[in-house]
Amino acid sequence: MSDILRYFRQDMLPHIWCPGCGHGTVTGALVRAIDKLGLSKNKVCIVSGIGCSSRAVGYLDFDTVHTTHGRAIAFATGIKLARPELTVIVMTGDGDCAAIGGNHFIHAARRNIGITTIVMNNNIYGMTSGQYSPMTPKGMYGTTAPYGNVERSFDLCELAKASGATYVGRATSYHVPLLIDLIHSALQNKGFSVVEAISQCPTYMGRKNKIGGAVEMLEWIKDGTVNVKAAAALGSEKTKGKILIGELHNAPESEYTADYDELIDRVQRKYDKFQGGLYGCASNSD
Amino acid sequence: MAKTVKLMQGNEACTIGALAAGLEFYAGYPITPSTEIAELCAEELPKVGGKFIQMEDEIGSIAACIGASLTGKKAMTATSGPGFSLMQESIGYASLCEVPVVIIDVQRMGPSTGMPTSLAQGDVMQARWGTHGDHPVIALAPGNVRECFDLTIRAFDLAETYRVPVIVLSDETIGHMREKVVLPDPSEIRSVRRAAPSSPAGYKPYAAEEDGGVPLMAPFGEGYRWHVTGLFHNEAGRPTNSGEVADKLLRRLSRKIEKNADELADYAAESLEDCEIAVVSFGSSAMSGLSAVRRARKEGVKAGMLRLKTIWPFPEKAVAELAKRATRVIVPEMNLGQIALEVERVVAGACPVQRLGKVNGELFRPEEVYAAIMSAARGDDAAGAGRAAGEAR
Repeated sequence: MSDILRYFRQDMLPHIWCPGCGHGTVTGALVRAIDKLGLSKNKVCIVSGIGCSSRAVGYLDFDTVHTTHGRAIAFATGIKLARPELTVIVMTGDGDCAAIGGNHFIHAARRNIGITTIVMNNNIYGMTSGQYSPMTPKGMYGTTAPYGNVERSFDLCELAKASGATYVGRATSYHVPLLIDLIHSALQNKGFSVVEAISQCPTYMGRKNKIGGAVEMLEWIKDGTVNVKAAAALGSEKTKGKILIGELHNAPESEYTADYDELIDRVQRKYDKFQGGLYGCASNSD
Repeated sequence: MAKTVKLMQGNEACTIGALAAGLEFYAGYPITPSTEIAELCAEELPKVGGKFIQMEDEIGSIAACIGASLTGKKAMTATSGPGFSLMQESIGYASLCEVPVVIIDVQRMGPSTGMPTSLAQGDVMQARWGTHGDHPVIALAPGNVRECFDLTIRAFDLAETYRVPVIVLSDETIGHMREKVVLPDPSEIRSVRRAAPSSPAGYKPYAAEEDGGVPLMAPFGEGYRWHVTGLFHNEAGRPTNSGEVADKLLRRLSRKIEKNADELADYAAESLEDCEIAVVSFGSSAMSGLSAVRRARKEGVKAGMLRLKTIWPFPEKAVAELAKRATRVIVPEMNLGQIALEVERVVAGACPVQRLGKVNGELFRPEEVYAAIMSAARGDDAAGAGRAAGEAR
């Protein structure tokens, strides 16, 4: 425990999350994965957007940025491109990432930029007290879905994969060792990695849908998921309607900022007489 | 000392100025009439080891620039009205979190898509108040191609000095106009870099030595491990709900600019010493205005010109001084009176202020401003003089 506490800004504790919230479990899993990798605290930068999940970065003892709603990945893109040697992590939620930030998410995946994105999916907007999100299952309730959600939800992992992310996994706040393992692997992937961490919101999702408190929600999460390896053996009949967890996609490809650095090398070799001065535009253009 | 002489357009001069100031990072999204800046950055930045990225939108562009700036890099984006609107939320973030960033807004007609991409100067108030809440901001307005170079360098210097977003308020004509430009020898250009702390021990990212002071800014990745948040924060950067801390923070941010207003004020004066009819303008409108003033002088009218190079903070002293002598102030601008509002506020009734707004997308003809000056010299009332200038009102 003491080893883990050293990754936290202890003057910021206790946190603001509700009793029974799953976000602390996910934050703990991230820190344990960082610890397992032995990364220097000085070379890790963690970026978040707005929402319950995004408050996580304030508690973590790294260079941290709590940005505008939905834009964490865009801020992180600037940081990673400017300083590729840093390990850049985004902590975001289902609303922050899949709704307002959806465009940045798919384009970061397309670029395969070296950012690990942890999406804490509690299927609801918690900070604004319980509106449905793009991850709220059809038919479930939120304060803006008083008659049941009419919209379909995203499969964020499929979206990540289709958009070009090179590492994709899903675990839950119930399956903590798996979550740590996935984040551990994601951090080692050089490109864009996504780990969806299904998390419980007993305060709004649990109450509004009469699922119960934190324990009942964790059981609901457990019962609603199946490991991708087990699913293969069980067959489609037994896994129908269940959410797959585990490593879902691992297909390394060249990473964007490394490719850009190669471009710089190539350009600088071509303009080898370039003095690094001001008016290159005047003298070095073709 | 080797000077460079070149025929170039304003957008090109902005880019070369940015490179001269030490630009290291550009993120942007294509939009006319600013796109040449992105194109030139894409070509030039890799040559100096800098980074260019074309983001998925302007929201992402400003966000990426702020992210890069947090690592210690000099970062810039360029856009036009619609994109500038999209950037506003994160411009407020940069203001509150005190992250230096330069935004070039090559203004075009608006609101909305407007009449692409005709000339306008309608983003004056957006540059000041586009984001929500009280916040510090600096905006500069180049009036010719060489000034695009100079003021972009100044924009970086001010952004780094005061830790604020600085907006270069160019316009379609200034951006696309080509002029012969003589650029100084690179060795003559001194660029400023933000003051950084010397050690992480006890580092407080938002502790300023005095009211209106600028805190030291540590680059990411160097062991400072500080927290940046758009929530109001205390000197340690920790979020707070204390009204007292919030009040103190917002007042310090405002003071940062207010107390340096004299140093920030920048303008060009012509024939103001004895002037009776004063023209106050900026950007492309000022080119027509200046031509009109010179013609009126030849006709024996004591006309003069105050051309604003700093728009925000508004150069109050220079305008107030002018109003002491002038019998009328005429404000030609490619909008319906945004700068005129500020002039009226500062002149405060000392003499009539005549709005000469134009929103048809076409640059003022010097005759339009000349007619207004001559009408004023004849003593026509300001409203009548406005109508006399025809469609310009």
